[in-house]
Amino acid sequence: MKRIMKEFTGGSAFLSILAVIASLLVGGVLIALSNQDVQTTATYLTARPSDFFHALWNAVFGAYDAMFRGAIFNYQAQSSQEMFKPITETLAYATPITMSGLGLAVAFRSGLFNIGATGQIIFGAMFAGWVGIYVDLPWYIHFPLAVLAGIVGGGLFGALVGFLKATTGANEVIVTIMFNYIAALLLGYLLKTPLLQAPGAVNPISPPVKDSAKYVFFLGDQFRVHGGLFAMLIAVVFVWWLLNRSTLGFRFRALGHNPSAAKVAGINIGLTYILVMGISGALSGLAGTSQILGSEQVLTLGVAASYGFDAITVALLGRSNPWGVLFAGLLFGGLRAGAVTMQADQGVPVDIVLVVQSLIVLFIAAPPLVRSIFRVKVSKEAVA
Amino acid sequence: MKQSKRTPIALLLMTIIGAWLFIAAPSGLTTINISTDSDIFKLPDFGVNIALICASALAVQVAGFVGSAYLVLARNRKTPRWVVIAFAAALVIEILVSLFAGKTMTFTSLLQGSLALAVPLIFGSLAGVLSERVGVVNIAIEGQLLAGAFVSALVTSLSHNLLAGLIGALIAGALVAWVLAVFAIKYVVDQIIVGVVLNVLVIGLTNFIFSTLMVSNLPLFDQPDRFPTILIPLLGQIPVLGPVLFNQTLIVYLMYIAVAVVYFALFKTRWGLRVRAVGEYPRAADTVGINVFRTRYLSVMIGGALAGLGGSFFTLGQVGAFGKEMTNGAGYIALAALIFGRWNPIYAAFAALLFGFAENLQYGLAIIGSSVPSEFLLMLPYAMTVVAVAGLVGKVTGPAASGKAYIKS
Amino acid sequence: MKLELRGITKRFGALVANDNVNLVAQPGEIHCLLGENGAGKSTLMNVLYGLYQADAGEILLDDKAVKFAGPGDAMASGIGMVHQHFMLIPVFTVAENVILGHEPTKFGGRLDMQAAREKVREVSAKFGFEIDPDAIVGDLPVGVQQRVEIIKALIGNAKVLIFDEPTAVLTPQETDELMAIMKQLRAAGTAVVFITHKLREVQEVADKITVLRLGKIVGEADPKSTSSELASMMVGREVDLDVEKSVAKPGKPTFKVEGLSAWNHSGTKVLDDINFEIHEGEILVIAGVQGNGQTELTEAIIGMHGKTSGSIQLDGRELIGKSVKQVLDLGVGFVPEDRTEDGLVAEFTIAENLMLDRSDRKPFAKGLNLQLGYLKQFAQEKLKQFDVRAQSIESTAAQLSGGNQQKVVLARELSRELRLFVASQPTRGLDVGSIEFVHEQIVATRDSQIPVLIVATELDEATQLGDRIAVMYKGKIVGIVPSSTPRATLGQMMAGISA
Repeated sequence: MKRIMKEFTGGSAFLSILAVIASLLVGGVLIALSNQDVQTTATYLTARPSDFFHALWNAVFGAYDAMFRGAIFNYQAQSSQEMFKPITETLAYATPITMSGLGLAVAFRSGLFNIGATGQIIFGAMFAGWVGIYVDLPWYIHFPLAVLAGIVGGGLFGALVGFLKATTGANEVIVTIMFNYIAALLLGYLLKTPLLQAPGAVNPISPPVKDSAKYVFFLGDQFRVHGGLFAMLIAVVFVWWLLNRSTLGFRFRALGHNPSAAKVAGINIGLTYILVMGISGALSGLAGTSQILGSEQVLTLGVAASYGFDAITVALLGRSNPWGVLFAGLLFGGLRAGAVTMQADQGVPVDIVLVVQSLIVLFIAAPPLVRSIFRVKVSKEAVA
Repeated sequence: MKQSKRTPIALLLMTIIGAWLFIAAPSGLTTINISTDSDIFKLPDFGVNIALICASALAVQVAGFVGSAYLVLARNRKTPRWVVIAFAAALVIEILVSLFAGKTMTFTSLLQGSLALAVPLIFGSLAGVLSERVGVVNIAIEGQLLAGAFVSALVTSLSHNLLAGLIGALIAGALVAWVLAVFAIKYVVDQIIVGVVLNVLVIGLTNFIFSTLMVSNLPLFDQPDRFPTILIPLLGQIPVLGPVLFNQTLIVYLMYIAVAVVYFALFKTRWGLRVRAVGEYPRAADTVGINVFRTRYLSVMIGGALAGLGGSFFTLGQVGAFGKEMTNGAGYIALAALIFGRWNPIYAAFAALLFGFAENLQYGLAIIGSSVPSEFLLMLPYAMTVVAVAGLVGKVTGPAASGKAYIKS
Repeated sequence: MKLELRGITKRFGALVANDNVNLVAQPGEIHCLLGENGAGKSTLMNVLYGLYQADAGEILLDDKAVKFAGPGDAMASGIGMVHQHFMLIPVFTVAENVILGHEPTKFGGRLDMQAAREKVREVSAKFGFEIDPDAIVGDLPVGVQQRVEIIKALIGNAKVLIFDEPTAVLTPQETDELMAIMKQLRAAGTAVVFITHKLREVQEVADKITVLRLGKIVGEADPKSTSSELASMMVGREVDLDVEKSVAKPGKPTFKVEGLSAWNHSGTKVLDDINFEIHEGEILVIAGVQGNGQTELTEAIIGMHGKTSGSIQLDGRELIGKSVKQVLDLGVGFVPEDRTEDGLVAEFTIAENLMLDRSDRKPFAKGLNLQLGYLKQFAQEKLKQFDVRAQSIESTAAQLSGGNQQKVVLARELSRELRLFVASQPTRGLDVGSIEFVHEQIVATRDSQIPVLIVATELDEATQLGDRIAVMYKGKIVGIVPSSTPRATLGQMMAGISA
């Protein structure tokens, strides 16, 4: 725990928080600009400035208040169940984002730029979905088998990228971008064939997953949070162990920092590429299972949603550290959950989340920029 | 020198596909229509024997494979480029004829549709070329296209002036590129991260403004005029290609000019030499007094402006309105075209045309009720790019310093 | 043109790279700037060339103070530089490289390549170079590339020409030719500044010698000074230029290379029928100019080179076809030539670097778990044993000086059970103190009856360290001779002439 605390009180965590604040401020500006009341009161700003500032406050505070109510605690709700539902929504959103973000963190730490979370989630969901839909087994075999299938599916699709890099030197950034589209198109095709399409369906949609393969909805069916949450926590601990305590992770990091030194020290680079991308893809495959065996339960074209991109931002915001990824995943899960309420209550489009999210990453990636915004002085020690 | 065996292996694989097509080839004819109403000389439709075409294509492929294998293995020489091109052409013709078996293939309209799809891709790939040649990886082409599409629609709707819309698109694309450049050059942020994030930022911003502003009054904010098509006399009347290439909107003509100008500027001028020097070895450029940062900013932003122009084709050239996320991944296909075209503006334009053709083929096939799943045609650009970066068809390497920030110590 | 540097001070953070440096270079004079690796010579020249901005001091040309915002300004003022790492773009032609930055153009900014070729031919003719202006630079031999670099520096009519460690990549013959070019420049009235740490070269051409140590000017030396006088000025204490070493007591030949050939990625033969053997307790030095196959030879031995044929045997076991890991496990210790690139992971701690080769096995690992407790103990022990100067074992490799980095690499490679020790340019870029330490370790390894293979590019190191010397040229071994062989003979062998 000491280490964790140190990570978060250290300079980089402080800057991360500033980056989040800066992004929310910019989001606030956008919300204010698009608000009708703000626009109308601005026309007579000089005559009655108080109206304008009142409208401004209402717009921005209203929006972020709605976001809080949607993401953490709804103090306006009638029942206690409704009050606590928002935080469970946040957890439900955070589950796949964090899982996939962990996968990318493993790749980033190993020096591989995996942008292919979308494709790997799709493959995980396809494999897990097929097992969940068509295999008939008692739950204690069916469920683990379906989850395993998802992990294997994502893992294989990821490992293929590693294999191409190891054997041909193909740049993983380009390959994973292209694989995202190939996976989406393949899913589209399979959802039109009897292999995955529900009998009699006109749309590209699969039959529902059998109950025996689903994650447990441990708070009851009225909440969307499910057993994937525990799988996510296990994944966090696993990745922490992998990167910091295991021999495999040591080799991954050596490869990430300096492939040629790793090679001279006898580390099998090609095999390591395949393992890194396999594990990275497997974690995104796990995110796919959270979708298909948990939240969605039927396979559609939108199974990966925007989680592929979310995972990138989560891994970057969490600085590819498993605990950091967990916090970042919860934050972005909260933003997603809150945005839904914000749109319903205040009419602020959910797209504001995309803006805030991208700004956070840009600010995080450029510490000097954040420092100059907030005029944070850099101490001498930090430089040396 | 020992020659790599990759080319003959790739050719062998393709020959096997060709052989399978030949065996599976349906008997009968494919009718080909290559004339349009505006032609001076009307060429009649004609039928071709599928089996015959497949047989001759297969013959070309076998000859190509044997020749390549002989050259590489026995003579230790490279396979000439024209052999590979002839080989690929034979395969494409074979596939096309087989797909349209027993039906009529209206060649001109297929090409017209392909070019329309390729225009933004070509502009996008030029943006990529200009950016990567100077050493900045441009994943943000998608964002630059989308920004161009959005701003041109908004500006033209408000001003009722198409040229103002074009200028707006140029500025919008350049602005996105500027942000990319600032983060990549000044803040030394990983260029891939910035690119990916910028794409999402532009999607978020345009979606947000579309939902809050445009939707409130579509006629005012999102009903731009469209560019009329201009038929160029004489050139436009050349059979087959005339109506495809020379009966187009201003944006398309600007595209032709842009490809030529970018090629000329990069490879024949002082500016281009410096751009390439900075993209290959910035320190060497610095030591002879070239301003690395300024060169990078400028080239990246000119590229962005061109991508913005390409984005305006969606709204001012085709649809006549902006729609959420209307570029739909074109920026990534442009990126693919740029890699497939080996960072050369002319090759990249042809790659973009090829990708446009593959994408458009699905519509042609849908019309005749073909059973070939459209997904696989749509997959083609992506799959071909993976094949290209995996080096199965010759070595693909970009500018040496691309993606690396220059730190002036 | 007379060049004067007055009170130049340049700091990088806490490090003072140049401390109040004064220097005067007169036209028609070769001025040697002598100093150890890391003495601040290159920094000083980069300040002069406008690549760095000085924190204090001024630059005067013909007694007029000038300010350079960038290399462009320096060039415009008549200063040219032949860089240690060539500033040439490999994919460009000679002409394109030469004109870069001041390109002749026709109407509309079009490049005038005809004029560019003419310029190249003109300068080439003046110095008797034969260079095709349309050749791709990356395809040219290193020596020719350096001439392109010289043409590039001269094309702007440079009056002051700086040569930054220009001989590192040259054969003795090429070095002689370069010296002739410098003299020719001097005769033409150019002020030549020659930066080097090689005493022999200084003695040959210098009109004036300035010695730099730890960023400060130590003083001027008489060009007629002896090597040991120059060396002690450079290092600041009496230096014994010879390696302390007893007579070798060779045992059985346990390491044998027979008929070894190798090809690179594009299929060019880079090793051509290599044959030699090393006895237990013997040092064989592979001498030769860099880029003649030495890198490929060491790569082939440790199992990193792709296409090889022939045989490499250690204790009767074949190494070809084995992976790097298997080769290391057979008892091969390997110090790569580029320690920051291949020897260490800069971001890793000293401790982590010490287990880089054995992280997955006992005692560093138990199953899949790292044994961090053992690692700590191991690292502390090695830190002491190899006299690594660092704050703690948790310091990253990047925080260490070059000498301490090399000690970490040595500590790791020498702490396995060895049957063969291979080190490639083990003293490259090190200060004299570290060089002595590295040499001691190598000799001690030999004396524990282990066959040792050293790749050296400097003849002095080869003759002092080696018991026998094998000279490589263009992928072949020209001959294997005793270390007492005269320099001139070795120099000729390095140019491919058999003894």
